[in-house]
Amino acid sequence: MDKFDKLSGVAAPMPLINIDTDMIIPKQFLKTIKRSGLGVNLFDEMRYDDDRNEIPSFVLNKPQYRNAEILVAGDNFGCGSSREHAPWAIKDFGIRCIIAPSYADIFYNNCFKNGILPVVLPQEQVDVLMKDAEKGSNARIEIDLDAQTITSSDGEVFHFEVDAFKKHCLMHGLDDIGLTMEKVGSIRSFEEQAATARPWV
Amino acid sequence: MSPKTLYDKIWDAHVAHEAEDGTCLLYIDRHLVHEVTSPQAFEGLRMTGRTVHAPDKTIAVPDHNVPTTLDRANAATMTEDSRIQVEALDTNAKDFGIHYYPVSDVRQGIVHIVGPEQGWTLPGMTVVCGDSHTATHGAFGALAHGIGTSEVEHVLATQTLIQRKGKNMKVEITGKLRPGVTAKDITMSVIGKTGTAGGTGYVIEYCGEAIRDLSMEGRMTVCNMAIEGGARAGLIAPDEKTFDYCKGRPHAPKGAQWEAAMDWWKTLYSDDDAHWDKVVTLKGEDIAPSVTWGTSPEDVLPITAAVPAASDFAGGKVDAAQRSLDYMGLTAGTPLSEIKIDTVFIGSCTNGRIEDLRAAAAILKGKKIAVSRAMVVPGSGLVRAQAEEEGLAQIFIDAGFEWRMAGCSMCLAMNPDQLAPGERCAATSNRNFEGRQGRGGRTHLMSPAMAAAAAITGHLTDVREMM
Repeated sequence: MDKFDKLSGVAAPMPLINIDTDMIIPKQFLKTIKRSGLGVNLFDEMRYDDDRNEIPSFVLNKPQYRNAEILVAGDNFGCGSSREHAPWAIKDFGIRCIIAPSYADIFYNNCFKNGILPVVLPQEQVDVLMKDAEKGSNARIEIDLDAQTITSSDGEVFHFEVDAFKKHCLMHGLDDIGLTMEKVGSIRSFEEQAATARPWV
Repeated sequence: MSPKTLYDKIWDAHVAHEAEDGTCLLYIDRHLVHEVTSPQAFEGLRMTGRTVHAPDKTIAVPDHNVPTTLDRANAATMTEDSRIQVEALDTNAKDFGIHYYPVSDVRQGIVHIVGPEQGWTLPGMTVVCGDSHTATHGAFGALAHGIGTSEVEHVLATQTLIQRKGKNMKVEITGKLRPGVTAKDITMSVIGKTGTAGGTGYVIEYCGEAIRDLSMEGRMTVCNMAIEGGARAGLIAPDEKTFDYCKGRPHAPKGAQWEAAMDWWKTLYSDDDAHWDKVVTLKGEDIAPSVTWGTSPEDVLPITAAVPAASDFAGGKVDAAQRSLDYMGLTAGTPLSEIKIDTVFIGSCTNGRIEDLRAAAAILKGKKIAVSRAMVVPGSGLVRAQAEEEGLAQIFIDAGFEWRMAGCSMCLAMNPDQLAPGERCAATSNRNFEGRQGRGGRTHLMSPAMAAAAAITGHLTDVREMM
């Protein structure tokens, strides 16, 4: 997994609540058996018209946001389907960090498995960064995962919380499965004990 | 011993390892797999030379992509990318030695209907699947939730998940439901009250007389939509109805093991003085047959209400509601019962079980549809066979419905069952998101009885007028 430590980039504003994973990546793109190549279809139905032409008013089609690396959004980002194609598409587009007041659980977890940092901030701080993002490519937002801070283009610093284990894995690009397999002894002994306690399982 | 909730009890029985910071390895008893969220996980195993840790606890079935037309044995009914995904599951199931129900098997169906039907899902278990509607299995008092593909790979390789414990939320539905009100109306009304993020970070336990009175099918409908309220898992404590449903299923325990299982299962309830982080209570008698008007499952109203205005809401919901009204092509103030419907879809892991088909058929018997198309997609081949045996299939066909083969179908429209732009659908599924049932398609969620009523009149209809 790609490491995440610091990021300084353009943020795209999406001031919508309940952005669901069907919006992020519609189902017709779930038929892939690969993880890569989904960026071109990120927010597909908002981004292209029926003839596959770009809709100029959509944020990621605007010149100043075409290379955005950060997304600022409303409450409950990533709700709905568990499809990991959503973070795959976001990452493939080039976005490495999302800033929102809240996320759906499954999406939030999926981000960390893919080198994406989902930052939770109070609504009023998201509002400040949303305004910052609306300034376009002249306003770069800085994220420092180690220090757990976000700095607006005006130099305003916001602190964010993140689970220590998730932070550690993201900063070092660690493979969860490898870490868990180091604990195979605990898993085996649990299985032996469960086989006695609940043999029908 | 300190009092525990049902969630606490199941959690405690499955912690295989706990780190100092509280991060746990939760052991997984059943891992359900389908074709859309698993290919990359199996590929990951191959690339790292890993195997499936517990193939006996891993069950696969293709459901999302499969055609539901009668001629689906013909490979030409699938697009090439869909066929590749289903074939990948065929191959992965064989190569890794996991239980498998291929499309040709009569037991094939939606993974969340097949699991309980075959007795894979049992009380007190941990159940996961790369699908958010895994919450369905919570109806058995199993801790069940959706996971992403990286976690699918993690469970395949280790039979565990890295987890932190969630919070406890109690949703109590007191008293009796009124006639015409179903499990679907309960679960939609709860989301209407708590919002789509009201359950985020929680495991919900549904309880109260109205929940106890539900059949297992109804309880599955309630738990299925826990995720639409933000909760990864919903639970209902097992009781005699649960045990009766499980007994004799192909993979349920038998003989002495059944007795041993029952001894434990009977301890699976929340203690009287257990701690709840959040409590929501609804009166059963206050719940009405409900429909959604917007593009979020929280956009729920009784069928007797009118389309709201964006200005009825506050905060970020004002813009979201206006966007929904525009997308849905609705005008504030229009009575919901005057909204005309083009298409009716009965099926999905929410409402594709036998009881759902019975409820719809009871309304449709001897009537004809007044919509341009209507389809019934049974949740599994066995549900389909039973409905044929009970004469329900003929009622649907006589009314003008298409009688389909089992699969996810128009719930997420990955197969050819899709809405056209602007087409308005009365659906028994679980999500009314923009484009969910097809680009530009407009979805109104409701119970099977309400969908049947809309099919007959051609507009959203209060099913109580037909009873």
